[in-house]
Amino acid sequence: MQINKNSNGLLSIYFTAGYPTLDSTIEIAKTLEQSGVDFLEIGFPYSDPVADGPTIQHSSEVALKNGMTLKLLFDQLKDLRKHVSIPVYLMGYFNPVLQFGVENFCKACKEVGVNGTILPDLPMYEYEDLYKTIFEENGISNIFLVTPQTSEERIRKIDNLTTNFIYLLSSNATTGKQLEVKNQSENYFNRIKEMDLANPFVIGFGISDKETFEKATAYANGAIVGTAFVKILAQENPLKHIPDFINNLKK
Amino acid sequence: MSKYQVNDKGYYGPFGGAYIPEMLYPNIEELQNRYLQIMQEPSFKEEFEQLLTDYVGRPSPLYHAQRLSKKYNAKIFLKREDLNHTGAHKINNTIGQILLAERLGKKRIIAETGAGQHGVATATVCALKGLECVVYMGEIDIQRQAPNVARMKMMGATVVAAQSGSKTLKDATNEALRDWINNPVDTHYIIGSVVGPHPYPDLVARFQSIISEETKIQLLKKTGKSTPDVVMACVGGGSNAAGMFYHFLDDEDVRLIAVEAAGHGIHSGESAATTALGKEGVLHGSRSILMQTTDGQVVEPYSISAGLDYPGIGPQHAWLFKSGRGEYVSATDDEAMQAGLELTKLEGIIPAIESSHALAYLKKMNFKGDETVVICLSGRGDKDLDNYMKYFNL
Repeated sequence: MQINKNSNGLLSIYFTAGYPTLDSTIEIAKTLEQSGVDFLEIGFPYSDPVADGPTIQHSSEVALKNGMTLKLLFDQLKDLRKHVSIPVYLMGYFNPVLQFGVENFCKACKEVGVNGTILPDLPMYEYEDLYKTIFEENGISNIFLVTPQTSEERIRKIDNLTTNFIYLLSSNATTGKQLEVKNQSENYFNRIKEMDLANPFVIGFGISDKETFEKATAYANGAIVGTAFVKILAQENPLKHIPDFINNLKK
Repeated sequence: MSKYQVNDKGYYGPFGGAYIPEMLYPNIEELQNRYLQIMQEPSFKEEFEQLLTDYVGRPSPLYHAQRLSKKYNAKIFLKREDLNHTGAHKINNTIGQILLAERLGKKRIIAETGAGQHGVATATVCALKGLECVVYMGEIDIQRQAPNVARMKMMGATVVAAQSGSKTLKDATNEALRDWINNPVDTHYIIGSVVGPHPYPDLVARFQSIISEETKIQLLKKTGKSTPDVVMACVGGGSNAAGMFYHFLDDEDVRLIAVEAAGHGIHSGESAATTALGKEGVLHGSRSILMQTTDGQVVEPYSISAGLDYPGIGPQHAWLFKSGRGEYVSATDDEAMQAGLELTKLEGIIPAIESSHALAYLKKMNFKGDETVVICLSGRGDKDLDNYMKYFNL
């Protein structure tokens, strides 16, 4: 499946690799696909996740304590494409990638069949200037974020650089805040829609239930659920709860 | 433009930049576009200078420490930032940034603090201007630094405990950045050191550059020459060193010595000697040198001095280190404590433990007798009395 401009009501789920247990990554991904999720974001943990609220901070902390590293994650994802066919994006902060080596990272992504990356603290200027060629040579799409404060000029530039989809933040916030669709955000979503961008866009941050999912997908090609899903993983026997959680979102 | 100053892309050599999530972009872009222009406005300059004079008590004296000089066989001057209002160099920056925030139309100020010196300096200027102030401080530091917490509260600031990660300065900085992401329009973040995304390292260095600007004038008067042979300062994030070095960067014959905190020893596993232990990395919005694991996770630093207990250094310092313009060395907890006591006994000045690290390196300089040396005495030791009492069983 490719996310495209005609996509409708796509559901994406974020979870942190190595949480709740070190080796839960592939099992969770498989269960999510079987439950009807359209694409995945697998987070690799960082010690200082400044864009995240308490829930995802906690999952990162636990994952690091469990011993998760980028190297280990790529080992775990070695047979990803035997088990999972939906698109998979890796999401995380830039420093672990820098230490792994940007080129090694892109090659490893390509090798295991990861479609793209979301690196919130890698800015557009640095990406373009230093790393774009490496990403493109390996066929890895880097996904950029857009917020309610992003200027039209900058959104156009992001649209130009994008080779997959644009990640629209529901509000200027860290992860885990509830989405409130007020006039302001309706205006913002409509403004983006009216810009008629070349790329599809999905809405993330604050999508936690059926209501917020439907609000978001009324404007966007899809929506991403992160914090609400990571909370499900905190329960006992997390895999058992996944199908119901996804059903409740999508039905 | 000096090769040691920031370029138009926000870089010092390979270091610097603005590695921030998109949510912070509009704030950072606004600062990048306006900080230089605002700082050059005559009304800004006038108010900044007037507050530095009447409120902070500048110029701070350049004191010829005769007994210390005799002991170390050089002509040693102390730049007395410890005599500033609130007891350290931190206020130079917060005065500058509060005036900047006002001109950007911001109504709410946030800051991070470790030992509480920058938090107090921020709460002070917020009281001065009647602006709302929220200071993030690690939960552990709040317990360790009760008097500074009380000072901030007396001045009307809200002190919020950072409960994530190691609950110290690094995490307080994370929490302040998270606050800014959630409050992008009305809030200005007063960063306390020469760290963070461009333009902060340059902005803070410019406000602190008053230290070396005055030093040059004072030295000329006292010695007939505006440049010394050696300039020394301690480095955590590096704001007092950045200010102390600023106007000497292009005087290539002036040795610039930056003293990091080695804690229990560089290889003890409990250290904050970033240039000795760190590698190139990205933290808190800039590319610099960072203490980290091979997987790129930030390592917890340690120093007896809360103000030097930071796992990185500002990007300009990373560049001065890499280019060889600066000499980056370190002093242990023990060396610093002894140096603090020594200055107290020789000169009747109780230094902050941060500043004591710079003093501690005098022992290793082996002066020949004719050198002129300036040491930045970045803060006074009142806040550290508990530590001195415990260490020396006073």
